Amino acid sequence: MKNKNILFLFIFLGFAMNISAQKLISKNGHIRFYSHTPVEDIEANNFQVVSILDPETGSVQFTLLIKSFEFQKKLMQEHFNENYMESDEYPKASFTGQINNLSEINFEKDGNYSAKVSGDLTIHGVTKKINTPGTIIVSKDKVTATAVLIVLPEDYNITIPDVVKEKIAKEVEVTIDVSYNKN
Amino acid sequence: MKFFKSGSIVFILFFPFILSAQDIDQLLEEVTGNTTEYTIATFKSTRIVSGHSIERMQKSQLDFRISHRFGEVNRGGYEFWGLDQSSVRFSLEYGITDWLMAGLGRSSYEKTYDGFVKFSILRQSKGEQNMPVSLSYLTSAALNTLKWEKPGELPYTDRFSYVHQLLVARKFNERLSLEFNPTYVHRNLVATELDPNDIWAAGVGGRFKLSKRVSINIEYYYVVPPLHDYRSLKTYNPLSVGFDIETGGHVFQLHFTNSLAMIEKGFIGETTGSWLDGGIHFGFNISRVFALNK
Repeated sequence: MKNKNILFLFIFLGFAMNISAQKLISKNGHIRFYSHTPVEDIEANNFQVVSILDPETGSVQFTLLIKSFEFQKKLMQEHFNENYMESDEYPKASFTGQINNLSEINFEKDGNYSAKVSGDLTIHGVTKKINTPGTIIVSKDKVTATAVLIVLPEDYNITIPDVVKEKIAKEVEVTIDVSYNKN
Repeated sequence: MKFFKSGSIVFILFFPFILSAQDIDQLLEEVTGNTTEYTIATFKSTRIVSGHSIERMQKSQLDFRISHRFGEVNRGGYEFWGLDQSSVRFSLEYGITDWLMAGLGRSSYEKTYDGFVKFSILRQSKGEQNMPVSLSYLTSAALNTLKWEKPGELPYTDRFSYVHQLLVARKFNERLSLEFNPTYVHRNLVATELDPNDIWAAGVGGRFKLSKRVSINIEYYYVVPPLHDYRSLKTYNPLSVGFDIETGGHVFQLHFTNSLAMIEKGFIGETTGSWLDGGIHFGFNISRVFALNK
């Protein structure tokens, strides 16, 4: 019986620590980018975005594989990987940052909260500091984080040749939509 | 409590630590995980010059190709070094699945209709599955519809020729890709009784990227001479050198070649130009890809 008590103690301890260290994890976040010009609209979606959000500290991380972006035009997807993002050399894009107004967000209470996020965005091997507003929606069984930000390809050393300058926007709209399960 | 083995106690004890220690890169690997990474863009187009490359149209992608070969450059100024003459092939080529494509074409050369099917057997990859080369199989049939000038009727079956080809390719690095194409051509009707109906050839091809959007391509087919060679036509092995220029949705291929035909049956068995005598044609292929999905 002594063993049994120790076991329960361990289980209890385990769960206690589990709860205090609870981070929100998403394995199927969605990031979409959209480039609009009068000549052509280009859209790609990545449904394999992983993210960790720590409600305790407010730290947020996103990462994804460039190759997981899906285009309607397969040739465009190939060129995106081969000519623009050079995904063999730079396979990932990532963001590591912080929610700056963490005190205004109550992860225990349902509601829509606006979040101010800042951090380092790494694309194509280039890291830039960014600031972006976002929204955090807390509901009974999940937390959803959304944000829209503008990314300039030239900031990340992504060169666009003259022949396609008309087709690729200087400012690319990136939409982030990530749901974390609460448990 | 028998079912709680000591292992599970340890697991329960450390479970929370495992969870919190999980870092984001591990998580990404879990999701996209031990995947096999297939090589893309071994060549820029489905043709190296006249012959096929390992590339296929992917599912629901339609390639509209217009190819030209001008006359031989040794024709002199009167023919504007060959540019006054032109041989053309139009084709529509479609990706039925990611591993299977089919195409239909019409060449002015012998007023030929051709149809082909190309499918992938192995794909070069690394990661979970390691495969050093890509392997595809191509088969095509061509129908010559020239008017029969000799007496009598020529049955349609005699107008067909067939090609079977294996394509073995490897992308060595970002710049260099090489390909090897053992090929068999069967012609139902040949010019004389002594001409062989079957031709065997070994094609080699490669590309070297000069920049992200421009590559230099070379293609050569060694045609195995028949054991008893009484071929009525003096033919040469086709050699072609050209550039691929990719501009978004188009690929422009500009080249010099000693063969006039743009289908295997023609350039393997019926190349009459010689590089040494200036029997070279300037030519181009234009490829425009349309996405038909959605």
